[in-house]
Amino acid sequence: MCLAIPAKIISISNETAIAEIGDVKREISLMLLPEAEVNDYVLIHAGYAIQKIDEDEANKTLELLKQMDEFYNNSGTLEE
Amino acid sequence: MKFITEFRDSNLAESIIKLLRKEAYPNSNLMEFCGGHTVAIFRSGIREVVPKNVKMLSGPGCPVCVTSNSDIDKAGKVVRYPDVILTTFGDMMKVPGSYDSLYDLRAKGYDIRVVYSTIDALKIAEENKNKKIVFFGIGFETTAPTIAASIIEAKRRNINNYFVISVLKLTIPAIKKLLSLGEVKVNGIIGPGHVSTITGANDWKFLPDEYKIPCVLTGFEPLDILLGIKSLLDMIKQNKQELVTEYLRSVKPEGNIIAKEMIEKVFIVDDSDWRGFNVIEKSGLKISKEFEEFDAEKVFDLKTESSIKNCGCKCDEVLRGIISPVECSLFREVCNPENPLGPCMVSSEGACAAYYNYYVE
Repeated sequence: MCLAIPAKIISISNETAIAEIGDVKREISLMLLPEAEVNDYVLIHAGYAIQKIDEDEANKTLELLKQMDEFYNNSGTLEE
Repeated sequence: MKFITEFRDSNLAESIIKLLRKEAYPNSNLMEFCGGHTVAIFRSGIREVVPKNVKMLSGPGCPVCVTSNSDIDKAGKVVRYPDVILTTFGDMMKVPGSYDSLYDLRAKGYDIRVVYSTIDALKIAEENKNKKIVFFGIGFETTAPTIAASIIEAKRRNINNYFVISVLKLTIPAIKKLLSLGEVKVNGIIGPGHVSTITGANDWKFLPDEYKIPCVLTGFEPLDILLGIKSLLDMIKQNKQELVTEYLRSVKPEGNIIAKEMIEKVFIVDDSDWRGFNVIEKSGLKISKEFEEFDAEKVFDLKTESSIKNCGCKCDEVLRGIISPVECSLFREVCNPENPLGPCMVSSEGACAAYYNYYVE
C-alpha cells in the first residue's frame, strides 16, 4: 500500500510531469515535489512524486555493500 | 531499472548473508512494521537465510488490514445514497466489512470504481458533474499527502462534487500502542521506508530514545533489507539503541516538508479505530473545518450500527504480532486469497497472504 517506485521525469508541464517507469510512461503530479526537474529520478506513490532519489546516497550505499563483499568474498561457501 | 536492479545483486546479497551467519548474534525478535517489507522479505527468501535464532515478526503496517469494520461500513453506506460513485484503491474491494465487501456491493449494482490515484478520482468528478464522487481515503502518512493534495486541488478548481471519507491512520501512535501492550517482545524494528520518506527520519528517534529499541529505516529491495537486518543485529549485539537510516537515497532527516504541510493544512489529528487495537488516541486524520465541504462524513450520514466481529478470524492477533498466520485454524483451508475471511488475507501485503504465497513449512 505504501509502495513507491523509482521513475525518471522526462517532461514537465506546470505541476504535471510525464515519468518513465521502465518502458511505461505515466502522467504524475508534482504537487508534493515542485522542485523536481527533467531527468530527475523520483519516487512515485499513488500517482504523485513524493521524493527525489538522491543518487549520491544510493552510490554510497552500493559502495558500502561492495566493501562488505570484497571483505567477505574469500570467506568460504555459504553454510547451510 | 535504475535504483532497483543494483539493489537486487545476488553476489552482494550472498556476502551479507555469509556475514550475518558468521557473527554470533543474540536471540532476537525483529519486527518489520510495514506490510511492504513483509512481502519483500518473503518474496526474496530472506526469512530462510537470517540466523536461526533471529525471528522476523510482521507488524501492523498494512493499511488495508488495520482498516476497521466500522470504517468499511461507512463506504458500504455511502454507495446507497443516490447519484454516488465510490472510488477506492483496488486493495479495499475484497475486504469484508460487517455486512458486505465493496465487491459484493458492486455485484448488487452500486457504482464502485477502482482508481490508482486520487488524480483519477478527481477526473471522474470532472467528467460526471451530476454525480457525487466519494473517494475512500485509506492509508498511512505516505498516502495522506496525496489525498490532501486532491482536496486542495478540488478547492482550487471549484470541483464541488468530490468528497473524501478520511480513515487515514498514523503509524507512530500504533507502534507506541503495540509496544505499550507488552504482548510481544521486540528487540529491533525495521521502520517503514516510505512513511519515513514523508515524516522524516527524525520522527523515528522515539524508538531508541523512549523505548530503548534500535530502529533502522530501510528500503524495499533485498540488499536494503539485508543491510537493515545486519545493522539492527549489530546494534543489538553491541547493546546500542540508535536510529540508523539505511535508505538515505529517499529518507531525509526532515522528510518531505511540503507534503507534511499539506497534511497539516487539510487534516486534524483525531482518535481512530484500528483493527486489532480498537481505538488508538490521536492516531487518525480527519478533514479540518477549513475543508469540511469535501468531508463525506459531514455531507452524508455515514453512522452505522456497531460493527459485527468476524467470528473465528484471528487477524487481530496477527496484526499485534502475537501469533503467526499459520497458527490460525482458518489459515489456508478455510481462509485463502480466493476466499478471504479477514483483511490480512485480502491485501497482497497482509501477513496472512504473504504466508499463504511464500511460507515453506
